[in-house]
Amino acid sequence: MNTVVDLSNDFAVGSTQGGKYVVERSTRAGIATMVFFAVSLGFSVSMPFWADASYLRWLSELACYFVMAQMWNLLGGYGGLVSIGQQAYIGIGGYALIVLANMAGINPFFAVLLCGVVAALIAMPISQVVFRLPGGAFAIGTWAVAEILRLLVANTTELGGGSGASLVALKGFDRSAREAITFWISISASYGSVLLVYFLLRSRFGLALTAIRDSEVASQSQGIDVKRTKFLVYAISAFGFGVAGALYFLGALRISPDAAFGVSWSPLIIFMVIIGGVGTIEGPLFGAVLFFVLSKIFEDYGTWYLTALGLLAIVVTIWFPKGVWGYIANRFDLHLFPVQRRLRLRDNS
Amino acid sequence: MSQLLSTHGLKAWYGDFQALFGIDFEIRPQEIVAIIGANGAGKSTFLKAITGVLSADAESVRFKGQPIGGRRPHRVVADGIAMVPEGRRLFPSLSVEENLRMGAYTKRPGPWTLEKIYGLFPVLKEKRKAPGTALSGGQQQMVAIGRALMSNPELLICDEISLGLAPAVIKEIYVALAEIARNGLTAIVVEQDVYTAQRVSQRLYCFQEGRVSLRGNSSDLTHEQISHAYFGV
Amino acid sequence: MTVWIDAIIQGVLVGGLYALFAMGLSLMFGIMRLVNVAHGDVVILMSFIGLMAVEKLGLQPFTAMAVVVPVALCIGYALQRGILNFTISKDPLPSLIVTFGISIVIQNLLLEFFSADTRAINSGGLESQSIAISDNLAAGVLPLIVFGSAVLLTIGLQWLFGNTSMGRAFRATSDDHGAAALMGINNAHIYALATAIAIGILGIAGIFHGMRTTFAPTDGPAQLIYAFEAVIIGGLGSFWGTLAGGVLLGIAQSIGARLDPGWGVLVGHVMFVAVLLFKPNGFFPKTR
Repeated sequence: MNTVVDLSNDFAVGSTQGGKYVVERSTRAGIATMVFFAVSLGFSVSMPFWADASYLRWLSELACYFVMAQMWNLLGGYGGLVSIGQQAYIGIGGYALIVLANMAGINPFFAVLLCGVVAALIAMPISQVVFRLPGGAFAIGTWAVAEILRLLVANTTELGGGSGASLVALKGFDRSAREAITFWISISASYGSVLLVYFLLRSRFGLALTAIRDSEVASQSQGIDVKRTKFLVYAISAFGFGVAGALYFLGALRISPDAAFGVSWSPLIIFMVIIGGVGTIEGPLFGAVLFFVLSKIFEDYGTWYLTALGLLAIVVTIWFPKGVWGYIANRFDLHLFPVQRRLRLRDNS
Repeated sequence: MSQLLSTHGLKAWYGDFQALFGIDFEIRPQEIVAIIGANGAGKSTFLKAITGVLSADAESVRFKGQPIGGRRPHRVVADGIAMVPEGRRLFPSLSVEENLRMGAYTKRPGPWTLEKIYGLFPVLKEKRKAPGTALSGGQQQMVAIGRALMSNPELLICDEISLGLAPAVIKEIYVALAEIARNGLTAIVVEQDVYTAQRVSQRLYCFQEGRVSLRGNSSDLTHEQISHAYFGV
Repeated sequence: MTVWIDAIIQGVLVGGLYALFAMGLSLMFGIMRLVNVAHGDVVILMSFIGLMAVEKLGLQPFTAMAVVVPVALCIGYALQRGILNFTISKDPLPSLIVTFGISIVIQNLLLEFFSADTRAINSGGLESQSIAISDNLAAGVLPLIVFGSAVLLTIGLQWLFGNTSMGRAFRATSDDHGAAALMGINNAHIYALATAIAIGILGIAGIFHGMRTTFAPTDGPAQLIYAFEAVIIGGLGSFWGTLAGGVLLGIAQSIGARLDPGWGVLVGHVMFVAVLLFKPNGFFPKTR
């Protein structure tokens, strides 16, 4: 506390012998994470060969939540763009799958990635509208946009109108093969989303994002293109939500405007991130698992369960702004995904 | 109790960063005391700690014998300390007269009324319907001073009121301040301009890196003493 | 031709209700930069409280307002001081999440206690009365009363803001809350008064909403979006702007609904998007 450290010196020295402090990026826990990552990936890839089909379906669903939570956190936690309308891109992803697979005859499994691209492309004109709204108004603006899309789709008979459509393109596939492939794609998407956010944050882009979150004016004066950075993070998030949406409806087989663009997605995803820990990579993952487990236990208590979640989100936001994960990380100094540079006292000095 | 306001070992922090390291300060009724110091010496921090914008130990700030450290800003105003903030900070969507009326929000009884303020600064009466920010810099400063006086304070704090103003305007402002002081007002004046500070005050404090580096009667202090305390050379 | 004139009249009248929803939202955003995501759910909550006052206490709807509005004022003040004041910062995230949490709590508690059924507040035949304007044109008495209330409230709020000590304090706090504190303003109290007024207006709006149409626990989000669109279309310049925003939104929806029954709300949204693209500060922007 209150020790004055001449950082300039030590930064120049870096991790050579001279300084009393070292700047480090990798942590021991970080290396453990990578090992765990690799092992769990191998484990999950083998799952369709031995695990029960219901577990595969559950885990596919959880993987979708992983992607959504990670993408919301990138946008709202790191980008400072708090959106209540990301279901717009879940819906776009889902309906893009219907169009690409049912109508254009593209293999539905290949189409998933394209659905993300479609979502990112549609995010471009939408961002031109919602970015005009100041501060918190952006959140409601994104919500209004999702409502507009819901109404547009519900009024389009080619897409099945208000009653929705089925993913008939999957008819030719054997059920267990279909579920296995869906599972593999979902698992890859969830690992992919974590890696994407991790490498984004470690890049120059990540630094720019953090700088903007801390002070928009200051970063502008440091030559960061604030508009472009914000737009990019919005488009990337849309891409992720598009993929997750397509994946979700690849598993559900049926889509309707209300299920796709419905506002009930938002509390789910946002509370996952907030309760888990906003502004960290671990938090949303932790939150998604917590959520998933709780929702399976309390399925029968619908309204009371949601009431409790709402209350929990309020309590966490006010008293534990770093979420459950942040609390644990602080307590035990755990950093599974070392994205920031940390200054540490040399052990032997 | 001869002091109106005094601080005893006042410390202040911005988060983990300590900005004040034990300031001992006092001002007696009807005195004008100047505080000088370079940028970052802790002058504004000191004012923030007195007016409750920054937290402080209750006992480290005493006003009329009462411990007021850490009291919230709106309470401090009600206690009788008014502030002319740095950069004036007029309310842009309020007219000149509305800005002045805001000063009387606490309804503290005392001699100052709208008419008195207009008597002191006649130009404000002409422009009383104009938005506060449509005025010249000097006139805006008059509004800021008038606004602070409208709370009928026992202690007036002026933070860098000469900043960005033309010399003739500065002179005019300080003539008005001297006139106010003749009616028995107590004031702390924070100044970057050492000569102005020395001329308008009876006593003077110089701050350096969060500590008092010099104190004394304004007329007794020499140029060498001040520049030593100011720059630390 | 009469069809379109009728559409405009009905649009203007429903716009009065949207303006009632929007005033509080604009008030809270203007003073605290706080976006209350639960605003629409509070409308529905007030409709339900109004329904209870009418059905359980046996009051007339307008008498019920005399009960519901004070309750709403208290709820607003307590909500701000007890919860929302802890979320006010430069970062919009805490206040958005907390009000979103409140929205989910209100919706689900209403679902738990009142089920998902649609309800209506019995206005004692008022809803079917109308005044003939010409042979083919008529305006409903109840919509006229709602619109008249919106105009009166707009006048009242403009007066409060322009001519009272509280109004000056609101504007000063909105401009610079730090400087306002130096004038002796307790920000926490001023914020709570603003929210009390915002929610208090919803006490009136919620009962009118319940008299004009049916309502259900999950109707809140739609009301929030209408209110929000009215605020953005009108701009943040004055309460007259908010009233105008509500009326313009109402007209757009009403004309849209005549084009195709499924497109009414959508045309309103399209207008909102068009305003954002071509007049991003609304029709009555704040001038400084």
